[in-house]
Amino acid sequence: MIGWAVIRIIARRELAAYFESPVAYVFLVIFLLLSGFFTFTFGGFFERGEASLAAFFNWLPWLFLFLVPAAGMRLWSEERRMGTIELLLTMPITTSQAILGKFLASWAFLVIALLLTFPIVITANWLGDPDNGVIASGYIGAALLAGAYLAVSCMTSALTRNQVIAFILAVVLCLLLILVGFSPITDLLARWASPWLVETVTRFSVLTHYDGLQKGVLDSRDLLYFLSVMAFSLFATGVVIRNHRAG
Amino acid sequence: MIKVEYLSKSFGAKRAVDNISFEVAKGEVLGFLGPNGAGKSTTMRMLTGFIPPSAGKVSVCGFDVLENPIEAKRKIGYLPEAAPLYSDMSVLSFLNFAAEMRGLRGEGKLKSVRRVVELCHLDSVLGQTIDTLSKGFRHRTCLAQALIHDPEVLVLDEPTDGLDPNQKHEVRALIRLMGADKAIIFSTHILEEVEAACTRAIIIDRGRIVANGTPQELKARSASGRLEDLFRALTLPDTAAPSMDAVA
Repeated sequence: MIGWAVIRIIARRELAAYFESPVAYVFLVIFLLLSGFFTFTFGGFFERGEASLAAFFNWLPWLFLFLVPAAGMRLWSEERRMGTIELLLTMPITTSQAILGKFLASWAFLVIALLLTFPIVITANWLGDPDNGVIASGYIGAALLAGAYLAVSCMTSALTRNQVIAFILAVVLCLLLILVGFSPITDLLARWASPWLVETVTRFSVLTHYDGLQKGVLDSRDLLYFLSVMAFSLFATGVVIRNHRAG
Repeated sequence: MIKVEYLSKSFGAKRAVDNISFEVAKGEVLGFLGPNGAGKSTTMRMLTGFIPPSAGKVSVCGFDVLENPIEAKRKIGYLPEAAPLYSDMSVLSFLNFAAEMRGLRGEGKLKSVRRVVELCHLDSVLGQTIDTLSKGFRHRTCLAQALIHDPEVLVLDEPTDGLDPNQKHEVRALIRLMGADKAIIFSTHILEEVEAACTRAIIIDRGRIVANGTPQELKARSASGRLEDLFRALTLPDTAAPSMDAVA
């Protein structure tokens, strides 16, 4: 029995916790400001001469690299610091339900943040005639990317009661997931490594799979990749929490 | 209703709880006494399923805490040490959350919340954020959370710690009142509390049980007839060298 009823209660409390503190509002404002800024300046939204959201989506892996760990760092380290983990885990629930509930709440929050970028979609549709299928697939990719980063942050958050450490660890791990598929790095690797090795390494990158979705290709392998990263990180979170309790 | 058999817990080389066994029956209020660091909180964390024991067994109302954690945890109300709370929530939303986590819905939830609010005198702070509460109210909010599902077993870790004399008196009275039809175990290092609220007491020192009996029995074991003298004779101050072995 998975017990969705319990997971929903945990998730609802967690989501409310974002909005009961200033965290949610600061996050949303910063995210919307920065994503707009990147899209319309460095992204070259207007200069591209095409009706698409590429300018927005291209920057997202880098913007999320800092913002998602910031949203996820408190998930477990806060519980550990405040001692509420003892309250939560002595209620009639399993550790997995608690992990899933907290993760889903944070993910929902990030999806809300993503949906609030809708003015960019409206702008593109007003100025030109973009392929809205590609845009939808781009948003799915962005949501999956956020979920993958978030699951990693969830894991690092369970490791420590210090949120700063959780944040830095998450950024480093997510950066690693980007860099193994980032062309300046893979080009370096390609100089001495055999092509199949380069390709194997780049398959582990979020960028490789994210880019596919940005082109409007809903490939089940890309979906599977993101879901695997999430499943693995959340499983590791469970191991960390159980080990911590075992002392 | 609580049955602890040969329970041990080690943290690395340190043996925090060393082979303890005891039982608490319905209608009993067991005082868990001991100096700081004697293993009281560790024992309670094992009772409530928060940490797994290194060896031994705990069962609550017939459910093994390791094998049947969910069923066992359903039966327990737990007040952890220092009364941790989600400080961004209001008292009411926190109690609603606790009630829902315990499977209470609709009318049942409403009734339980109303009952614990009355029992713990929280009506004046219901809408307040937990962050802004005084220590006494924080403690009572956490106690209310432990009582919300009217559990058969109550595990209270230092329920009167940091309260003023009036609040202490009230919490003790509450424990006595509820003790009639529950099994209660509470830890303390305040000896007068034992006489005021317990039907039985266990003294634990460095992970081992050094005395177990009714307050009267324990007092009789001391030459002066005072619980404090027995406590001091049986337990070592935490400054004592490890080579000075147990007096008992």
